[in-house]
Amino acid sequence: MTASVDVAAVIKQSFPQLVERPSGDHPAFSAPASDILTVLSFLRNSQGYDLLTDLTAIDNGEDTTPRFTVVYHVFSTTGHTYLRLAADCRDDRKPSIASVTSLWPGADWHEREVFDMFGITFDGHPDMRRILMWEGYPYHPLRKEFPLAGIETPLPDIEVSEETGTKVLPAPMAGGPFVTSSGEINMAKAEPRAKDESWNEKKEKPL
Amino acid sequence: MVSTNTEFAYNTKIEGDVVVTRADAVINWIRSNSVWPMPMGLACCAIELMATAASRFDIARFGAEVFRFSPRQADCMIVAGTVTYKMAPHLRRIYDQMAAPKWVIAMGACASSGGMYRSYATLQGVDRIVPVDVYVSGCPPRPEALLDALIKLQTKMRDERSAKRLMSA
Ligand code: SF4
Repeated sequence: MTASVDVAAVIKQSFPQLVERPSGDHPAFSAPASDILTVLSFLRNSQGYDLLTDLTAIDNGEDTTPRFTVVYHVFSTTGHTYLRLAADCRDDRKPSIASVTSLWPGADWHEREVFDMFGITFDGHPDMRRILMWEGYPYHPLRKEFPLAGIETPLPDIEVSEETGTKVLPAPMAGGPFVTSSGEINMAKAEPRAKDESWNEKKEKPL
Repeated sequence: MVSTNTEFAYNTKIEGDVVVTRADAVINWIRSNSVWPMPMGLACCAIELMATAASRFDIARFGAEVFRFSPRQADCMIVAGTVTYKMAPHLRRIYDQMAAPKWVIAMGACASSGGMYRSYATLQGVDRIVPVDVYVSGCPPRPEALLDALIKLQTKMRDERSAKRLMSA
């Protein structure tokens, strides 16, 4: 199978329910969550998009509906073209979507990472566990309401936690996150600095 | 300086097979010159740790070339890299398995303070779970800096009251 020259037209014709997304590079479509497996298997089996290069998710914000969007990047190794698909998850509180591990076994760890970071469950996934954070960690760190510094939780190992009296604590941000002014020639000025310079380790945070 | 004494080294005929010294001095001399490191290479700093062990910087000059990947055979844990909260308990367990006396070097910004990772996933300094003897600044520290830390650790070891501790143990 070779990737068709004008895949956008083919998709529009075969799946009228798909909506074109604004895109700066490759063709991109929004698909209903219920159709995502059908569309992706059509792309893989008859349009030559045989490689899943990325699978990730977007949190659109706590008060937005639909809140979670899963994004698929597929590549055709014969046509050398990319295509992006996005699908909104069904539920905002308990988001879920169909797993594509049946099409690409490589999606396994991508989906586990999305589950770990966003809490989106993939129906039909063979092994829906966390992959980066430890088993039993109570949060999903890439959700918008989760602070970068973290939230106090026990260490993954209770014995070590008791022995050392250490917990998972929010990291001291000291006015961070720290950003560099890229393109700055003067290295002293280009040093990473906290966004909020009104307080730091020496000066108390104004209340 | 002109001297008639040509005996610069230990001579059994003169000393009569006896060397007089303090127990602390002997024990510390042995310990400090045969530090067997436990490489806890967790991130980029481990590359510099390897460089320190390799021929150019040659940590063997200080008697610490025997990198042991078994904690039971090691004296000094060199924490080289970013310690995540997921890894932290394992690090502590490895430390617990090392036989006393044992020492810890926190190599680099990450191991010393969490470094640039001010985030939910990173332990903000390995001294929260193990006692650290020497901190090395840098991201990553150059091998010379790690050698300097080793020399500092050796200096520290030589001041220890080892004999007393052995007797009371
Ligand atoms: S201190 Fe720098 S070089 Fe060392 S582990 Fe951290 S980021 Fe890597």
